[in-house]
Amino acid sequence: MQKRKLLEEQFFLWLMRIVTLSIILVFLFIMGVIIKKGYHAMSWEMISQEPQGGFYFGKGGGILNAIVGSLYLAAGSTFCALLLGLPVALGMNVHWVTKTKFVGAIRFLLNALWGVPSIVFGAFGFALMAYLQIRASLLAGIITVTLFIVPIFIRAFDEVLRTVPQGLMEAAYSLGANRTQIAFIVFFRQALPGFITAILLAFGRGIGDAASVLFTAGYTDHIPQTVQDPTATLPLAIFFQLSSPIPEVKARAYAAALILTAIILIISLVSRLSTRRFKKNIL
Amino acid sequence: MAALQRLILPAKLTDRLSTGWLNFAVLFLILLPLVIGAGLVIKSLPLLEQASIGTMLHSAEFSPQQGHFGFYAFIMGSVWVTLLSFVLSAPVCLLAAIYLTEYSPQWLTQSMYFVIDVLAGIPSVVYGVWGVLVIVPLLADYVAPALGLTTTGYCLLSGGIVLAIMAVPYMLNMLMEVFRSVPIELKEASLSLGATYWETIKWVVLKKGLTGIIAALSLGISKALGETIAVLMVVGNVAKVPKSVFDAAYPLPALIANNYGDMMSVPLYDSALMFAALLLFVIILVFNSITSFFLYRIKEQ
Amino acid sequence: MSNSSTIIDQVQQVNGGEAGATSGAFPNTSVQTSDSPILQIRDFNVQAGDTRILKDIHLDIPKGKITVLLGPSGCGKTTLLKCLNRLSDLHPSLKVKGQILIDGEDIFHPTQDLTTIRQKMGLLSQRPFPLPMSIYKNIAYGLKIKGIRDKKVVKEKVEKHLRDVGLWEEVKDRLHGPAARLSIGQQQRLCLARGLAVGPEIILADEPTSALDPISSRKIEEEFLRLKEDYTLIVVTHILRQAKRLADHIVFMYFGEIIEQGTPDEIFNHPKSDILKQYLQSGH
Repeated sequence: MQKRKLLEEQFFLWLMRIVTLSIILVFLFIMGVIIKKGYHAMSWEMISQEPQGGFYFGKGGGILNAIVGSLYLAAGSTFCALLLGLPVALGMNVHWVTKTKFVGAIRFLLNALWGVPSIVFGAFGFALMAYLQIRASLLAGIITVTLFIVPIFIRAFDEVLRTVPQGLMEAAYSLGANRTQIAFIVFFRQALPGFITAILLAFGRGIGDAASVLFTAGYTDHIPQTVQDPTATLPLAIFFQLSSPIPEVKARAYAAALILTAIILIISLVSRLSTRRFKKNIL
Repeated sequence: MAALQRLILPAKLTDRLSTGWLNFAVLFLILLPLVIGAGLVIKSLPLLEQASIGTMLHSAEFSPQQGHFGFYAFIMGSVWVTLLSFVLSAPVCLLAAIYLTEYSPQWLTQSMYFVIDVLAGIPSVVYGVWGVLVIVPLLADYVAPALGLTTTGYCLLSGGIVLAIMAVPYMLNMLMEVFRSVPIELKEASLSLGATYWETIKWVVLKKGLTGIIAALSLGISKALGETIAVLMVVGNVAKVPKSVFDAAYPLPALIANNYGDMMSVPLYDSALMFAALLLFVIILVFNSITSFFLYRIKEQ
Repeated sequence: MSNSSTIIDQVQQVNGGEAGATSGAFPNTSVQTSDSPILQIRDFNVQAGDTRILKDIHLDIPKGKITVLLGPSGCGKTTLLKCLNRLSDLHPSLKVKGQILIDGEDIFHPTQDLTTIRQKMGLLSQRPFPLPMSIYKNIAYGLKIKGIRDKKVVKEKVEKHLRDVGLWEEVKDRLHGPAARLSIGQQQRLCLARGLAVGPEIILADEPTSALDPISSRKIEEEFLRLKEDYTLIVVTHILRQAKRLADHIVFMYFGEIIEQGTPDEIFNHPKSDILKQYLQSGH
C-alpha cells in the first residue's frame, strides 16, 4: 500500500511539473513569436511617423498616431480614475473603517464591476456619447476607459491600504490629526510604492484594451490636438492592420504588437521594482 | 506638536472639502452599475418593443436586414467557447498552483510570479495576433488533417485555446493565493497522522481551500465569457450553433465588436447590439454576485 | 502566529552559510534516567542560514514518562519537537545534522519511511487545528491513512478515542457536524483524540494549553497524566507551574542549548546554572 501511495504521488508530481513547465513554455512561445515577427517589421519610421499617403496599401509612414493616441488615452483615463478612485480607496480604509458592512458592500460592488467585460463598458460608452451628444473622440475614449479601470485601481490600492497597520492610525488620532490628515499623511506615505503600482496597473489595462475604445475613440491618421478629436490607439491599429490582405500592412500589425507588448513589459518591470508584489488583486 | 497644530487650523476646511469629494466619488461608484444597466436597457428598448425576450433568446435566426434578431447561436457560441477554455485551463491551473505553492523551489515560484504578471498584462489583441499566427495554422494544417477533418483554423477550438491561455494568469494567481492561505499547522497535523504529502494535499489542503478554488475557477469563467478581441480574431464569426470544435462560432462579445460599423445603417441593429451587451452585463453580474454570495455564506459558517 | 513559525520565519530571512561541523563520535551516554530511553538524540544541530537554532543537542527521552522541554520563547524547543517527527522537512531552509534514534532507528536516515515514523508520534500543536471535516472524520482520517476502512472498526475506534479524551458525551449527537464548530478547548481534545487514533508511542505537545482557558487547560493536563501509563509524552512549555504539575523529567533549554536537565526537584529546588536560577526567579 505504501508503494501505491508513493507511485500516486510521483505520478502527480510529474504531471504538475509538466503542466507548470508547459505554462512557462507557452509564455516564452508567445513572447518569442511576438518579438520575432515584430522585430522583422520594426523600423524607425514605424515609431516616428504618422501614416503617409497610401499607408494602408503598404506605402510609407508609421503608427506614431496610434502610439501617442494610446498614451494620451491611457494617461488621461488613469488620471480620471485616480480622481475618482483615490478618495474611495482611502475612505474605505480610514473614514468608514468602523462601518464594516458598508465597506464590505463596496468591495462586493467593486468585485462585480471588475468582472464586467470591457466590451460592455464600450457599448455603454457609446450609449453615453449619444446621450451627451459627443462624437467618437479622445474625450469619449477617456470617459469609457476611466469607468473600466476605476475598479481595477481601487481594488489594487485598497489591498495596499489594508496592509497598513491599524496601530498607525490610532497613533495619528491620538496626536490630534483629523481623518483627512490621517488619510493623506500617514496612509499615503506608508502606501506610496503600492500606490504607484496600482496606478501602473490601471495604466497598463487602459493602454492595452481594445474593446472599450472600439466604439468610442474613433480612429484617425493624425495625432489628436484636442480632446474632441478622434484618436487612433495601438490595440485598434493592430486589430485593423492585421485584417488587411496586404502583407506589408499585416507586418505593421506585428510591429505594433511588439511596441504594445514592450510598453506592458516596461510597466511590469517598473512596478516590480517599485514595490513588493500584491497578493490578490494585482491582476 | 506646533507643526501639527498648524496643520490642524486649515484642517477643518480641507476635511470638509475632501469629505465632499469622497462622498461624490463613492456615490458615483455605487450608481455606476445602475447607470450602465439603465443606459443599456434604454438603448435596447426599441428592439424589446418589437420582439419578446424569450423568442430572441431561443431563435437562431439572425438577419438584421429582415429585422430578425435571434441570439441563440451567439449565446451558444459564448457558452461553448467559455466551457472549452475552462476545460483546458482549470486542471492546468489547479495542478500548477499546487506544484508552485507546495512543491516547487522558491526561485521557481518567484519567477512564476513574473510570468503571471506579464501574461496578465499582455493585451487581448496581442493574444489574438499570436492565435492567428500560431494556433490557427496549427489546427488547420496539422491537427485537423491528422484527425481526417478539414477546418479553416478559425474555429471554436482556436478560441478556446487562446481564451484558456488568457485565463491562466488570473486563475493561477488566485489559486496560489488560496493554497498559500492554508495554515501550515493544518498540514503538520495531517502529516503527523502519517499521511504522505500528497494525501495531505488531496484530503486536507484541497478541502480547506475548496471555496477559494470555486471562486478562482468561476472568476476564470466570467473573464472568459466577456473576453472580446482575442476571441473575435480567431473564432471564425459565423452565426451558427457550432456542431464540433472545428466549426466556427460567434460569441456575444464578438458580435458586438464586429458590427459597430454597420449598426447605424440598419434599423434596430444598434438596439440589438446594445441588447447583446445588456445580456452579457446581466449574465456576468449575476454570475459574479452568486459566486461572491456563496463564498460569503460559507465564510460566515 | 504560532511561536514555532515565527522562529522559523526569522531564521529563513538569513541566507547562505554552511551547516556547522559536528563531531562524528558519540559521547558516552551517561544518562541520569534509569529507564531505557525511547528516543535518543545525538549531536543534533539545526541551522538556518547562519543562525544556529539547535546546538549539539544530546538527549535521551525516557519511556513512559512525561518529559518537559522548558525554556523561554525562541530557545529552540519547538524546533526540537518538530524535528522529532521530521516536520522540519516542511522548511527546506533548515539544515539538520545529527541523529535522532527511535527504537534504535535513525529518523533522519534517507531511506527511513516517514509516514511510519510520524505515526509513532502524535502531535498536539499550540492552537487546535481540526481538519476541515466533521468531528467523526477528523478521527477516522488517521485510520483511513493507515488503510483501516472497515466501517464497524472505524466507528468503534472513533467512539473509544473520543471517550478517552472525555469528549464523547459532549459531541455524540453531532458527530457529523463540522469540527470547527466546537469550542477551542473541545477542539484541542479532539486533536488529541485524533492523534491517539493512529496508535502512537509518543505524544509530542507544543505548548498545548497556550490558547486555552484555565479549565480546558486543566482537562488537557489531567489527560496527559492519565496517558503516561500507555504513552511517552514530550511537552514543550514555558509555564513553570505546568512543568511542575506534569513533569517526570525536565530539560531546560536556552538559545538552542540544553543548559540543565533532571527531575522537577533537581530543576526547581536545586538549580545549578545561573541562567536557570534567573529564569526561575523571573517567575514565569
